[in-house]
Amino acid sequence: MLHHHAKLERKSVIMLLFIIVTVLIGGIVEIIPLFRMETVIEPVKGVRPYTPLELAGFNIYIREGCYNCHSQQIRPLRDEVARYGHYSLAAESMYDHPFQWGSKRTGPDLARVGARYSDDWHVAHMIDPRAVVPESIMPTYAFLMHNEAKLSDIGEHMKVLRMVGVPYTDEQISHAYVDGVAQAHTEDLDENVAGFIERYGEKVNARVFDGAPEIVSEMDALVAYLQVLGTMVEFPSAEPVSADQKE
Amino acid sequence: MSDHKKEIDHVTGVETTGHEWDGLKELNNPLPRWWVWVWVVTIIWAVGYWVVYPAWPTLSGHTKGTFGWTQYKELEASQAEIFARQSQYLDKFQAASYDQISGDPELYAFAQAGGRALFKNNCALCHGSGAEGSKGYPNLNDDDWLWGGTLADIEHTIRYGIRSSHDEARVSQMPSFGKDAMLEKEEIEKVVDYVLSLSSDEGSAAYAEGAEIFANNCASCHGEDAKGGRDFGAPNLSDAIWLYGGEHEDVYQSVFNAHAGVMPNWEGKLDDNSIRQLTLYVHSLGGGEGVGSAVVEEVSQEEPVLESSPDASEPSQDSVVKETSIDASAEPSVEGVPVATEAATDEPADK
Repeated sequence: MLHHHAKLERKSVIMLLFIIVTVLIGGIVEIIPLFRMETVIEPVKGVRPYTPLELAGFNIYIREGCYNCHSQQIRPLRDEVARYGHYSLAAESMYDHPFQWGSKRTGPDLARVGARYSDDWHVAHMIDPRAVVPESIMPTYAFLMHNEAKLSDIGEHMKVLRMVGVPYTDEQISHAYVDGVAQAHTEDLDENVAGFIERYGEKVNARVFDGAPEIVSEMDALVAYLQVLGTMVEFPSAEPVSADQKE
Repeated sequence: MSDHKKEIDHVTGVETTGHEWDGLKELNNPLPRWWVWVWVVTIIWAVGYWVVYPAWPTLSGHTKGTFGWTQYKELEASQAEIFARQSQYLDKFQAASYDQISGDPELYAFAQAGGRALFKNNCALCHGSGAEGSKGYPNLNDDDWLWGGTLADIEHTIRYGIRSSHDEARVSQMPSFGKDAMLEKEEIEKVVDYVLSLSSDEGSAAYAEGAEIFANNCASCHGEDAKGGRDFGAPNLSDAIWLYGGEHEDVYQSVFNAHAGVMPNWEGKLDDNSIRQLTLYVHSLGGGEGVGSAVVEEVSQEEPVLESSPDASEPSQDSVVKETSIDASAEPSVEGVPVATEAATDEPADK
């Protein structure tokens, strides 16, 4: 058999054909199941697409390379579950494009960081991480306070995400800018906030996230994003393990 | 690729591959036999693995394997092992009241150990690893409580939070006396002078005007004697402990803008046992009131108090004031200012 292999190696065209066939088999086995994603991701109650402001925060998270040091995937291991909470479910990141799972943890995992610390804490921590966590080596992100969140084109982002399967409605896309501003500006904008809550659900956070209502800053967007991480699915706290959250 | 005639290397007697580089020829030695066999065995092993463990994707899911192994079952098994080891304490702990736990040194030590770990993991980010607090985040080692320091009070605070989104959360809001124009700036100056004099050696006698402003505006929550009111989480203003700084400027800011610190609710994030362990731990740190404090002296091992950072930044003060159109009909014209940042850190992976 090995001698036949020597023949194969000496005939470049045949060798090429065999390589193509082999790669095709590998490719088909890896790719075909992705077209049947719904068989892999179990539907979970509560998971919704990001609001425009959260999506802007998600974009900042990627732009600043947060994923270089923070993962967003709690693995089903005893120690991780004890430290971070219920292990991550596939459905919890089904609307992330690209997903932020990661395996590099210079900082802690952020999959369930939402609602665990106050907005003030997040802002103080971004401005100067050492002010609240003396042993932290995280860089400072104080400039986020002064940059306006880029909401002008957030509707376009949502359109693109809809093309890859995130179920944004026409109404959500056409109100993207208004909703984005409304989420961080609750005063004087009651009607906009009401519409925003109607479009994204009662559980949504709508408040001035960065303590400065003058502008909708990138800090507002990033904190809004962080505060929703891991909070969409409600896990029964009495049972630390089971994941019977299926619809 | 040359047409290859068999050529035997005369030194080793081994056939060459016919490839030649600057006079050097490659011997066509067979692979070591042991290596080939290991390779074959790994292939056979892989086939066995496919059968036994979940391996192949299918159109409607994946092959489950004959063992029915999943990561989740493995997690449950490994957790069950720990819970079984803890159960000699955990079962008793679960059923016992705080009184009973405080009277049982073994159970109390168990709660302390768990509480300490939980505190480091969940609470230390704001309150500091030694519970020393920082600006805006109360020190939990002292007996200066905003909302009460009994076990029941502490448990309520941990469980439901302060100004959190939970329905049972502790809620209060100090008015922004300056921002909302309830007091003139001069009046605020006077009341600040009065308040600061309460905890100074000189006494408050010289600040009659401030005292009157205090009586009319502040006393309803902070008390006639400024000793605070726990029903509203109103801090004691007659001591020298300041959550948001005790300089004149700090207190002025507090009166002008008012603070409303948020503590998240931990119900739904931590289970009941964890919340109760944390309660006992925080209660034991030094300021616990009522039941339980008697045991503290015997059992608790105080953690060294780390230095707190004195100047935790005050986020709301240093933002850029900028007008922006938030009219729904307005053409969106928000443009983020591009900022060049190098966010990548070159820290070693094993940090």
